[in-house]
Amino acid sequence: MIRLNVNGKPRDVDVADDTPLLWTLRDVLNMTGTKFGCGQGLCGACTIHIDGQPARSCITPVSAAGGKRITTIEAVGATAAGKKIQAAWLALDVPQCGYCQSGQIMSAAALLAATPKPSDSDIDTAMAGNLCRCGTYPRIRAAIKKAAGVTDTGA
Amino acid sequence: MRRRDFLKVSASAAVGGGLLLGFGLPVRSEVRDTLTTNAPFAPNAFLRIDRAGKVIFVSPLIEMGQGTYTSLPMLIAEELEVDVDKVAVEHAPADDKVYANPLIGIQMTGASTAIRAMYVPLRRAGATARVMLVAAAAQRWKVDPATCRAENGVVVHAATGRRLGYGALVDAAAKLPVPEKVALKEPAAFRLVGKAHRRLDTSGKVNGSARFGIDTRLPGMKFAVLAQSPVFGGKLASIDEAKAKAVPGVTQVVRLDDAVAVVANHTWAAKQGLAAAAPQWDAGPNAKVSMTDIVGQLARAAEKPGAVARNDGDAARAIAGAAKRIDAVYEQPFLAHATMEPMNCTVHLTTDGCDIWVGTQVPGLTQAAMMKLTGLKREQVRIHNHLLGGGFGRRLEFDGTVRAVQIAQHVRGPVQVIWPREEDIQHDMYRPYYYDRVTAGVDAQGKAVAWSHRITGASIVARYIAASIKNGVDPDAVESSANLPYGFPDIHVDWVRQEPPSGIQTTWWRGVGVTRGTFVVESFVDELAASAKHDPLAYRIAFLDKNPRARAVLQLAAERSGWGKPLPAGQGRGIALCTGFGSFIGQVVQVSVGKDGAVSPVHVWCAVDCGLQVNPDTIRAQMESGIIFGLSAALFGEITIKDGRVEQTNFGDYRVLRISEAPRIDVHLVNSTEAPGGIGEPGTSCVMPALTNAIFAATGRRIRKLPVGDQARAA
Repeated sequence: MIRLNVNGKPRDVDVADDTPLLWTLRDVLNMTGTKFGCGQGLCGACTIHIDGQPARSCITPVSAAGGKRITTIEAVGATAAGKKIQAAWLALDVPQCGYCQSGQIMSAAALLAATPKPSDSDIDTAMAGNLCRCGTYPRIRAAIKKAAGVTDTGA
Repeated sequence: MRRRDFLKVSASAAVGGGLLLGFGLPVRSEVRDTLTTNAPFAPNAFLRIDRAGKVIFVSPLIEMGQGTYTSLPMLIAEELEVDVDKVAVEHAPADDKVYANPLIGIQMTGASTAIRAMYVPLRRAGATARVMLVAAAAQRWKVDPATCRAENGVVVHAATGRRLGYGALVDAAAKLPVPEKVALKEPAAFRLVGKAHRRLDTSGKVNGSARFGIDTRLPGMKFAVLAQSPVFGGKLASIDEAKAKAVPGVTQVVRLDDAVAVVANHTWAAKQGLAAAAPQWDAGPNAKVSMTDIVGQLARAAEKPGAVARNDGDAARAIAGAAKRIDAVYEQPFLAHATMEPMNCTVHLTTDGCDIWVGTQVPGLTQAAMMKLTGLKREQVRIHNHLLGGGFGRRLEFDGTVRAVQIAQHVRGPVQVIWPREEDIQHDMYRPYYYDRVTAGVDAQGKAVAWSHRITGASIVARYIAASIKNGVDPDAVESSANLPYGFPDIHVDWVRQEPPSGIQTTWWRGVGVTRGTFVVESFVDELAASAKHDPLAYRIAFLDKNPRARAVLQLAAERSGWGKPLPAGQGRGIALCTGFGSFIGQVVQVSVGKDGAVSPVHVWCAVDCGLQVNPDTIRAQMESGIIFGLSAALFGEITIKDGRVEQTNFGDYRVLRISEAPRIDVHLVNSTEAPGGIGEPGTSCVMPALTNAIFAATGRRIRKLPVGDQARAA
């Protein structure tokens, strides 16, 4: 049994130490907002925060998260940066199919929390690991800038 | 009421009170007859208004990112006189009769048809309901309905100021005769259609509450991970079942003829169990199949004349007599769909029924296939559709559901079957490899006098909707050339069907035949312009005098791009036109090619004339989407086969564009009152040749084989 702190609540899970947080969240805790995309940390769909830092939950074992604060898409709106990001996503209608967007929002919220006025290059660095097949990239960029209150030059 | 009329529009009291309207439409019979035993008219879309005034639209079409769960409610709300936000959308159950897409004939979301198919019927649905609600209010007030009007979910009698909400009128309305004819608004009177409206599905997609098929959670549900024979057509030889079962959480191993699944309490345990099982395979007849064999077959097939799709004049003679002859061969690879939501399906099979939770573009076809597989009756096979985590054609197939049901046949209780990304990539049904030979004859000034195009590849139509094959021609495969927008004097287009080795399955992929054809047509026209030393825009315009909408989008895209203005060294602009799906798209791509040959699309200008616009912001989003999807494919996309197996495995070797690689995109919409066209696919179709034409402009290198890869690198 491992005790996790998920969105501020203690959760005891009976899984092997090497079980990735992704499957622990989705299959054991039934928190399906965090998505499976690739299983190898290549697409970012499973991004969560561990102590505020973005992490790919598909390659992060539960054993690495003991005693740390796990935040998922279900609760990121309770953080200042997450709330701003979600509002900007809504204002610009960023999602299409929406499947990758949990991960996009988690990466963007972590970026905004660490870098309140991100440059295009900051956005590239923080978001390049989050793939989107619907091509929402232009709106993701614009929404991050909107949330940050920086001017979108359209670049 | 005559039966025919009843079937066209029917009204009844809804269960629990309220007004229920069913709508019927003629569907394309040749398609329908292949797939269903449908009646000529059937109720089509269901609209329900309850006593609280809530409007529920049971949508025959599924939301997969394209925005139909907003644009279709807009059509209803426009005529019903309610806020768009008041229309709740429900996924339709499987039913090829009731929920047929009128343009296709079965319950299918695809081929960029949503607005084209629903623009009139859903407005009529809204208008019919409104007229009946107004009539019910007028009856209650004992006034002439003509003195009443509907606004914002309320019927108003202007003279007396009386008002009744729709919810208070639904029971009375349900007892009224259905009007045979209702007047629809003229576009000038639209208050919603044509104005950007925020999507209705966004909030669930930003807070994690949106439910995709993979998010199905049921009491007692097990999780299964699947491995299929890595060589197409191979069989399962052996597995170490004991080792699999030794993994904590593993409950069961399911052996199929050509696949194996490990079932467990959670996906990770199943995955670990599958690794421990170390399945061994008998490769079978395809053990040595490689791309050389596949492309060789296509090239040989392309030597012989095919079924004639178009024949104007005598192209062969005109080419023989022309001042110059230009030949090219274009090749386009197998492509995977790589939807962000990997293939998955949840099944609960019992002796008296089969419940299936999945995201599908074809609920009715899926249901029919599962009836066949299980021997159950139609009403026993229940498809619970979900939002799709990407469709792009992948979910026009039900192979994933077949696999899940095959596994569920061995499992007690509900089971969710997940394909690891590697399975998703290696066992996709691919966009077929296409091999196109094109020849033109040009006059002394370089102007084309004849066009001859032989298209060779697999036929999805022949497998999927065989009745659409006419005179041996696959209309999808030849569409772009058979419906060439350019007015060349003599044109010959023929088609040769050549399937890949058995076991390699092909299917629809965003943009379908138009995408493959547009790449060839727009690349070769660009070659003709280059050969004539003409400006690629001017060269095209000269052949578009009978096609003003095509001409206009090209000119608009060019103008916005600064066409003709000098660019820094290593940069170039390429232009392309796409006419398909009832829409006209012109695009200019500006590309930068590094000294190392690295290709970066910098900026894309996209002009769209899709006729009358319903939700302009969705049109913009679909263009952005199509462009990025197409750039991924054109730059990197390629599935290759070696020793009978797919070489690519995951996003590491099946690359898609990242945000850091995405160009700036400017979309310009052309105002039009023409019939609405499709917008889900043409953006993808247009960008591929615009990109490669830009690479030519920047480097002088003509890309005739996709993907671009490192072809822009100096030799």
